Amino acid sequence: MKLKKLIVASSIVATGLMTNFAYAADSIKVGVLHSLSGTMAISETTLKDTVLMMIEDQNAKGGLLGKKLEPVVVDPASNWPLFAEKGRELLAKDKVDVIFGSWTSVSRKSVLPVLEELNGLMFYPVQYEGEESSKNVFYTGAAPNQQAIPAVDYLINDIGAERFVLLGTDYVYPRTTNKILEAYLMAQGVKSEDIMINYTPFGHSDWQNIVADVKRFGSEGKQTAVISTVNGDANIPFYKELGNQGISAEDIPVIAFSVGEEELSGFDAKPLVGHLAAWNYFQSVETEENEAFIAQWKKYIGDDKRVTNDPMEATYIGFKMWVKAVEKAGTTDVDAVEQAMIGIAIPNLTGGIAVMNPNHHLSKPVLIGEIQEDGQFEVVWETPDTVIGDAWSDFLPSSKNLVSDWTAPIKCGNFDVTTAKCSGQQF
Amino acid sequence: MLRLLPLLLLFVMSFNASAAVGETQQSVLPALVEQLPNTKLNKMALLIEQIAATSTPQVSDILQPLMDGDLYYLKANKRVVSVFKNQQKQYELTDVLTAEVLPAVSKSAIKKVRTNNRLRGQIRDLLANLDLTNADADTRIAALKQLLDNPNQAGLSAVNKLIKSEKDDDARELMSVILLLDQLETGTISEKLSAAKQLGDRLEPTVKNALVKELDRFSTESTSNDSTSTDNDSSSAEAKELKTVLTNAIDSIEQQASVFSLAENLFFGLSLGSVLLLAAIGLAITFGVMGVINMAHGEMMMLGAYTTYVIQQTFPNLIEYSLLMAVPAAFLVSGFVGVLIERGVIRFLKGRPLETLLATFGISLILQQLVRSVFSPLNRQVEAPQWMSGSLEINPILSLTYNRLYIILFALMVFFSLLMILKNSSLGLHVRAVSQNRDMARALSVKSSWVDAITFGLGSGIAGVAGVALSQLTNVGPNLGQAYIIDSFLVVVFGGVGNLWGTLVAAMTMGTFNKILEPSMGPVLANIIVLVSLVLFIQKRPKGLFPQKGRAAE
Repeated sequence: MKLKKLIVASSIVATGLMTNFAYAADSIKVGVLHSLSGTMAISETTLKDTVLMMIEDQNAKGGLLGKKLEPVVVDPASNWPLFAEKGRELLAKDKVDVIFGSWTSVSRKSVLPVLEELNGLMFYPVQYEGEESSKNVFYTGAAPNQQAIPAVDYLINDIGAERFVLLGTDYVYPRTTNKILEAYLMAQGVKSEDIMINYTPFGHSDWQNIVADVKRFGSEGKQTAVISTVNGDANIPFYKELGNQGISAEDIPVIAFSVGEEELSGFDAKPLVGHLAAWNYFQSVETEENEAFIAQWKKYIGDDKRVTNDPMEATYIGFKMWVKAVEKAGTTDVDAVEQAMIGIAIPNLTGGIAVMNPNHHLSKPVLIGEIQEDGQFEVVWETPDTVIGDAWSDFLPSSKNLVSDWTAPIKCGNFDVTTAKCSGQQF
Repeated sequence: MLRLLPLLLLFVMSFNASAAVGETQQSVLPALVEQLPNTKLNKMALLIEQIAATSTPQVSDILQPLMDGDLYYLKANKRVVSVFKNQQKQYELTDVLTAEVLPAVSKSAIKKVRTNNRLRGQIRDLLANLDLTNADADTRIAALKQLLDNPNQAGLSAVNKLIKSEKDDDARELMSVILLLDQLETGTISEKLSAAKQLGDRLEPTVKNALVKELDRFSTESTSNDSTSTDNDSSSAEAKELKTVLTNAIDSIEQQASVFSLAENLFFGLSLGSVLLLAAIGLAITFGVMGVINMAHGEMMMLGAYTTYVIQQTFPNLIEYSLLMAVPAAFLVSGFVGVLIERGVIRFLKGRPLETLLATFGISLILQQLVRSVFSPLNRQVEAPQWMSGSLEINPILSLTYNRLYIILFALMVFFSLLMILKNSSLGLHVRAVSQNRDMARALSVKSSWVDAITFGLGSGIAGVAGVALSQLTNVGPNLGQAYIIDSFLVVVFGGVGNLWGTLVAAMTMGTFNKILEPSMGPVLANIIVLVSLVLFIQKRPKGLFPQKGRAAE
């Protein structure tokens, strides 16, 4: 296993080095734009491995259009401007046919102008704040209405929450999501004094005050819930502090949008048991597709303890869809594939069918899970049907009139239904 | 509210007829338990109520593991069992109905009975009511606290009966608060009045909420009554008095709460300060005393944290003692690496601060990457021993978390032992001699190069010890050190280079200042303000709080 990993790794390095010289005419190049170093490496390395696994799998099946798939891996090193540079390198120099990449919204926004300028094609696999729809990007992660809004509905209807604390890391995804959530909560009749919003820097580790504030806020007689868009590392000290200050999931449940199996795998999950997360995928869901995928992943990575998570499923769906679209179009030409993508359907790993909609977002089921002691999630609630991803939130005044539709005759990422105009600025 | 009825039922049973459990109840239980594996979550509440209502002795044997997530069923025959995971990662099973011990199985043979937060809350209420008669006073108190927060009729009537026979003072006090709250909500005006008077000094949030609620209800009633104004004088006078009593009670509670919240903030500040102190104290030696700008200082802490991880992995059965073992181990590991760095790199760069800075920065990157390659880039899981979890409850609104408490003590301990080493040992004497006047010290036969290496090792070792403490507070990953390196330098510079007391005062000041600002302006702005004030302070006093004086300062 180890040896195989080494060979794969060294061949990746080799292909990375050799792309300038070796020009295999009969290969289709797949760019991978995920950070392999720096703060985001923790999450993004997994997605790089997922793409490589899918490529290996596809090649074993005989490639695509009779050609082999060839990965081109670059490392934007968690450095946002570097995403634009590396993206340009992939498109202009390596001439890749498709890119799988990005995690944070700021990195996506950084590479977006390059994609539009050079007419590249990128699959973005992470849940995000919406308010964007580019012709050159397919969003296979959840839009706010596929994660945040159903989560709030669950808190109100099933937990009976009346007061809400919105905690987030201080950057674009939490800020936009919280803006949408605040508008949505107000629309549900929650008063503004029952909403508390707090932002912390990346990697915040001293949560004493904030947790004490949450405790006070929650001790005023109304059922309180925390909606957390806290990202990455900062979560673990946060949950630890909750546990130490004696706040249990029964008193004040925390529902998180950025905590998945991968984040929990580096952590003693006991203090988190019972807290919630909203995703479109959990490893614990028992379907045949999912079990096959988990087995394939463990075999590929050579480690029985590795877990799968939602962005991995999004990468899986994106990759499968791209393959299907290329086969349908008979070419890897970006414009042809872009049109062929719309309407492509792929079975979800959690059951049901994911469909690519004209707004470049997926239809997906929404699941809410409770954290278990082993770091896995137990599904406690799910939407009866799949939910169509909404690029422009209906709850923000600036975007409620906008729709995205990349099919004729509209062919626009932000079509204003009241003025029937397309502003052309897609992000 | 639906759950009140069965609760009542349960209590009627358990108090009046606990000895003679009906034959029928005994016989329905197996049928109910049989349903557990197949019941959907939204139907579970009813089933749990039915199980509790049988009030058979097995009820708590079923509900307790269900709440703790230890209730499973065998996939083969759907038999419901409570499990215990033993050392060999096998699951030991006990049949919940017959208490029969079954052969241990692996995880794949069993499946958990699902619950969610709501159900666990429901079970907790049910079990709390059962615990009211528990022989152990602490269990009774915990049950009473649960009842205080989630009052129900069955619990109230139980407390009414039990209060006379209760021997434990704390428990009796809680009981009287519970009854007073009920009196406040349902009693006549004069009853309310006496309840409000007695509740004025209680700090439990529930009490304040009840008082506020009563006042709200009261003022809406009185405004609606004003228009009709048919009340007779005596009751309206009483009502007026009640209103003042309520307002006063709430005021006094709030006043006390604000005092305690200040104390809480102070504690938070000291705890942040002691983390800063731990991070900075090693640097106070290498940078402060030796004058070496060591950018790899943070990585020494990281190594200490990873040492804790390795120790926990090597001795998985000794988690409770792992930290005690990790402290000397981390000191040795980081100290050894520190000596290597000094011998291998820094001694060749003496007197060239810029190059030392760049070289040690390079070392820090190498160490980070090394850890990434050896341990993986993912964060490692360091468990907290039992004694580091939870909090010390001083009163219902002020509790201090144990991990922070221990870290404050630990930081002070490290600080004073270091002070003793520098003051009273021969090594300390040599260190001070070399740092004050190297040539003179050498002339007096002090091996200055040896002293340099040991001092650097000492500073690094202490950073390693700090890493053990940090592993309890934050993530153990390759980036751990980077988060603290800037703060450490700030503390040392602020305190005055070369002055250990300065480092202590600076760390505590920065921590407290930060935490006092934080509630009003948020962590981001608080950080900025602390930084800006620090810059201004250094402008005014470039040598920090406690500058070195005399010839040693040159």
